[in-house]
Amino acid sequence: MLEQFDWRPLILSVRVALIATAFVTCLGLPLARLMARHEFYGKDLLESAITLPLVLPPSVVGYGLLMLIGKNSFVGHILAQAGITLIFTWWAAVLASIVVAFPLMYQSAKAAIKSVDVNLEKAAATLGAGELKIFFTITLPLALPGVLAGLVLAFARALGEFGATLMVAGNIPGQTQTIPLAIYFAVESGRSETARALVAIITAFSFLVIFLVNRWAKTYK
Amino acid sequence: MLEFQINKKLWHFTLDLSVKIKNQILVLWGTSGSGKTTILHCLAGLVKPSSGFVNLNGRFLFSSAENINISARHRNVACLFQNYALFPHMTVRKNVLYGLKCKDRKCSISDEMLDSFGVGHLVDRYPGQLSGGEQQRVALARALIVRPQLLLLDEPFSALDRNTKISLRQELKKLHQQWQIPFVLVSHDEEDAQFLGDVIVTIENGQARKNSLKVVSV
Repeated sequence: MLEQFDWRPLILSVRVALIATAFVTCLGLPLARLMARHEFYGKDLLESAITLPLVLPPSVVGYGLLMLIGKNSFVGHILAQAGITLIFTWWAAVLASIVVAFPLMYQSAKAAIKSVDVNLEKAAATLGAGELKIFFTITLPLALPGVLAGLVLAFARALGEFGATLMVAGNIPGQTQTIPLAIYFAVESGRSETARALVAIITAFSFLVIFLVNRWAKTYK
Repeated sequence: MLEFQINKKLWHFTLDLSVKIKNQILVLWGTSGSGKTTILHCLAGLVKPSSGFVNLNGRFLFSSAENINISARHRNVACLFQNYALFPHMTVRKNVLYGLKCKDRKCSISDEMLDSFGVGHLVDRYPGQLSGGEQQRVALARALIVRPQLLLLDEPFSALDRNTKISLRQELKKLHQQWQIPFVLVSHDEEDAQFLGDVIVTIENGQARKNSLKVVSV
């Protein structure tokens, strides 16, 4: 039975989720630090825009992405000229995951950074440390538990992305059929054994990830 | 030598202070909220005054007239914060060595040097495991080891019991004689001011009061 089992959704899901989480971390951390420590005109508006995907229905997010990178969109046209199509490829799934997972990482990281005593950063500055050094030697180590929590949440959200992914990446087996999609369509078509197996795998996998990361965060403290 | 004129608009009043001292201990004495800490932050480069200048040993750290504002990181001005601001996730050794610029292995400080600050026996402990007096000594070691040209102290003894206060005061006075750099100390404690201050300026609502406690002619 094992050879017949289609592992592609799992491999694809993990790949999509890992890449999306990497992007989200690289973009989210600097932004979280900026918003945690600085005040500027229009900050509230920006804050709302960033957290919007948290409350919007995934199909709305999917629609928005279609407008952004779809065949008839501005960005879509530019990419098509360069020979690149994002729609209905797994990169579209990555993009959908990034958009929905970003607010989770951002909010956790921002709260964690805010909880770091700003006097510690000031002290480091008077001792000659530049912004990068302060961030990597003081802020990040002290904010790490919160940042890790955000990372786990973002990964889990990316792994479970369904609505927006279906709209922009479609359900192409082996190409864009992530586990949530595979489960849905397996149930739809009555293949309950496949569905059960997929559900068991994704549940066990997610549990393991959360368990290990929480363990690591504890020992780090 | 430190000379400054700081003017800064705050919530309830305007801060306006002019002082000139040699390698002495300047005490800014006043109640909470009188603007003393803001003056320290202006000297450190953490806050920008509305106008004025700060000149340390002939070098302008800040000058509104000439549009100079050197960042805290480049001022070579060390700070002792009110709660010591020791990095809780680093050992005493790592805390003290933080400001030193040296390549990996070459960053060793002799044990005698650490002992002279009274922290030699604490190097492998974490700030959370130290008493108030020990934390203060570590903070002082960390600040002075980078050889600053000016040391700022924000209510350094407020969290300590009387006996620790008295012995640390004496240590501070000795350190000042050793290091021969200006110290600017903020305090609301009259005894601290009397014991330590070569020059004492009383601050009230951001301004120096006419008749200060004691001024040694500069």
